[in-house]
Amino acid sequence: MVYDACVEVKLREGIADPQGSTIEKATDNLGFAGITNVRVGKCIRFQVQAGDEEEAKNIVNELCDRFLTNPVIEEAVIEIQVVG
Amino acid sequence: MDDQLHRSLGLTDDELAKIVEILGRDPNHLELAMYSVMWSEHCSYKSSRIHLKRLPTEGKNVLVGPGENAGVIDVGDGIAIALRIESHNHPSYIEPYQGAATGVGGIIRDIFTMGARPIAIMDPLRFGPLEDARSRWVAEGVVSGISGYGNSVGVPNVGGEIVFDETYKGNPLVNVLCVGILPKERLVLGQASGIGNLAVLLGSTTGRDGIGGVSVLASAGFGDEEEDAEKRPSVQVGDPFEEKRLIEACLELLDEGLVVGIQDLGGAGLACAASETASRGGVGMDFNVSAVPQREAGMQPFEIMTSESQERMLAIVEPENLEQVFAICNKWEIRSSVVGKVTPSGALRIVDDFDGEVLGEVPAASLHEDAPLYERPISEPDDMDTAITDQATTLPGPEKIEDDLFDLLMSPQWATSQYDSQLFLNTVVGPGSNAAVLRLKHPTSGEDTGRGMALTTDGNHRWCAINPRIGSAMTVAESVLNLACVGAVPQALVNCLNYCSHN
Amino acid sequence: MNQNIGVVVFPGSNCEKDAMEALADLGATPLLLWHADSDLQGVDAVVIPGGFAHGDYLRPGAIARFSPAMEAIIDFAHNGGPVLGICNGFQVLTEAGLLPGALQKNSGLKFLCKEVELQVESTDSVLTNMTSKGQTLRIPINHFEGNFTCTDETLIELQSQDQIILTYTENPNGSMANIAGICNTTRNVVGLMPHPERACHTLLGSTDGRILLESFIQGAHAAV
Repeated sequence: MVYDACVEVKLREGIADPQGSTIEKATDNLGFAGITNVRVGKCIRFQVQAGDEEEAKNIVNELCDRFLTNPVIEEAVIEIQVVG
Repeated sequence: MDDQLHRSLGLTDDELAKIVEILGRDPNHLELAMYSVMWSEHCSYKSSRIHLKRLPTEGKNVLVGPGENAGVIDVGDGIAIALRIESHNHPSYIEPYQGAATGVGGIIRDIFTMGARPIAIMDPLRFGPLEDARSRWVAEGVVSGISGYGNSVGVPNVGGEIVFDETYKGNPLVNVLCVGILPKERLVLGQASGIGNLAVLLGSTTGRDGIGGVSVLASAGFGDEEEDAEKRPSVQVGDPFEEKRLIEACLELLDEGLVVGIQDLGGAGLACAASETASRGGVGMDFNVSAVPQREAGMQPFEIMTSESQERMLAIVEPENLEQVFAICNKWEIRSSVVGKVTPSGALRIVDDFDGEVLGEVPAASLHEDAPLYERPISEPDDMDTAITDQATTLPGPEKIEDDLFDLLMSPQWATSQYDSQLFLNTVVGPGSNAAVLRLKHPTSGEDTGRGMALTTDGNHRWCAINPRIGSAMTVAESVLNLACVGAVPQALVNCLNYCSHN
Repeated sequence: MNQNIGVVVFPGSNCEKDAMEALADLGATPLLLWHADSDLQGVDAVVIPGGFAHGDYLRPGAIARFSPAMEAIIDFAHNGGPVLGICNGFQVLTEAGLLPGALQKNSGLKFLCKEVELQVESTDSVLTNMTSKGQTLRIPINHFEGNFTCTDETLIELQSQDQIILTYTENPNGSMANIAGICNTTRNVVGLMPHPERACHTLLGSTDGRILLESFIQGAHAAV
């Protein structure tokens, strides 16, 4: 079966994020009050072939650990959905 | 076909009449699209060629003068230098980072298409005043784009200029110079030759990038709004990594003697590359539009032929060398596809498969050489008298002279510190001086010749606005003096003249 | 000395010829190692040069670390072979797990090309064994993602095991503890963001890079 995968690569808690801070400051200048805790990550989308959802999750987890994230500074939030 | 279609493509009634005369019939959509891009001001220089013809272009060291992708001069010791400067102004106003980045990519391709390894760039830039938020946004984006692309593709930026002036508000100038070095025997021209030789497309897939004005053809005769929206031209996005691999692959192909001619793809894309290489070689070409690797589904032939997707080259190859060409391209992970065949006819025929339907047929030279030549009317600007009679003594003085002084002292380091100016270990004098000075090392052995090469870019909009002739002469003089200041003797000049639209 | 030093080329590397020129000028015999080739050709030491391997796409060094050449280099390093990662090379070494930590975007979020002052913190590495502790060196940096970071535990380990070999006198990019270069626990693998090969020629500016590359070449000799 084919699954849509969306991997959100996030910076780990405590890792400095100058991009996020810069964006946060800019929102203030643009007149948006109360925007806080801006963190910038990236979203990697792809499709994966697997027998079932569990297998798909395992494949994506391994891909994240080995390649899509740098575990020293990043972690992943994964979403899997079967393609209709 | 809609009577007014040619006008929405930017062609005049007279130009259409000329096309009909050349073909002996009405052009179809595909042919009209190709003429409209090839005969555009940007590609054909139709309003400026009569003036540019007056420039002095000969010299005993000139190996290649105007008309090719870059000028090339002999500098002794078996070494030649390729040189060109180009603009990418309007795209940089729309999307500063990518506009500037693709400008850098384009000029670098013009250099390595001659067989030269690009070894330095310079960027003379002009922006609106820093007090204007949009001008600041443009300036920061442009510098980031030049930095992002230039550093990543691996060509050091050794100098340039940044000028902020009211006159450039809404009209920034992003000019980029590139210089390259080659062993003389590796010089190659953008010419197709050899009947039966193959045109091989190298590099990125072709998408709807930069189709611009020609995109009106997408909506001509199509009703579905959603379909039309999908056919909107895309902003050109540069991929410096693709370009770096393209440089290495092309230079290796040339070192192995596998390429008869090669042209980079820029304005007017495949229509330009195919017609120019055929026209310069006095030959024709059958161009198989179906063999072009495409990035998007459902592209029409006119889109494929006029797309300005980046990082692509067209190489002319003898059939017996094809496998080796593919092997070298595979090594550098560069896509390579046979898209054309050189024919004796002089015609550029666009076909759907080499044995398939002929979608369009025009004399190749007519796209390249027969663009109209215009002599536009000339007159002095209305405010000329006032401008000339301005005297420093009658102009209002500065409000706070120390502010003006600080403005003059502004350092361009905020820009130049973002550029790698040291790659290749050649830079003896880098950004911020009268001229850059680079070591001259042999392009193949890497041996230091002990000689140096100096480079400068100069411009002065105020002088040229007051008196174009004297102002330009003084600009050339300034360049010569800048080179003399670093102990160099001027060898060659390239120019990028930026003006408002002639109409 | 005549040590054979392999300089790895990935698609997108651009400082390999500079590294070779600097090494050759100092008497070593450099040769190029193609990324797709796992044969290290019996070299005495390996340099992973600067540039933009694989366009720095995904993360700098993230793709390069899986190349056949890198697999061979990991074995080479585990067997005590001297390995030097310069700039992008340092990034590749951290991604490959041969060095701890990671390199992030500069805190100023701008590319930086400038000469900086470094301080030698440890002379116990293949890169710094000819220098003296506290010696200052002027060497150019040229990067967008040179901001060294690691967990607090890792930092304590690096400090207690004398693995921090070079620091910035004035931190240009936000690196933790001003770290410019580190080595592994066995001191044969070193990585630094500054470019020593760009500080070897009198015509081009500082020549402080020579002592670092000479140390490395000598380290190659010792490992043979």
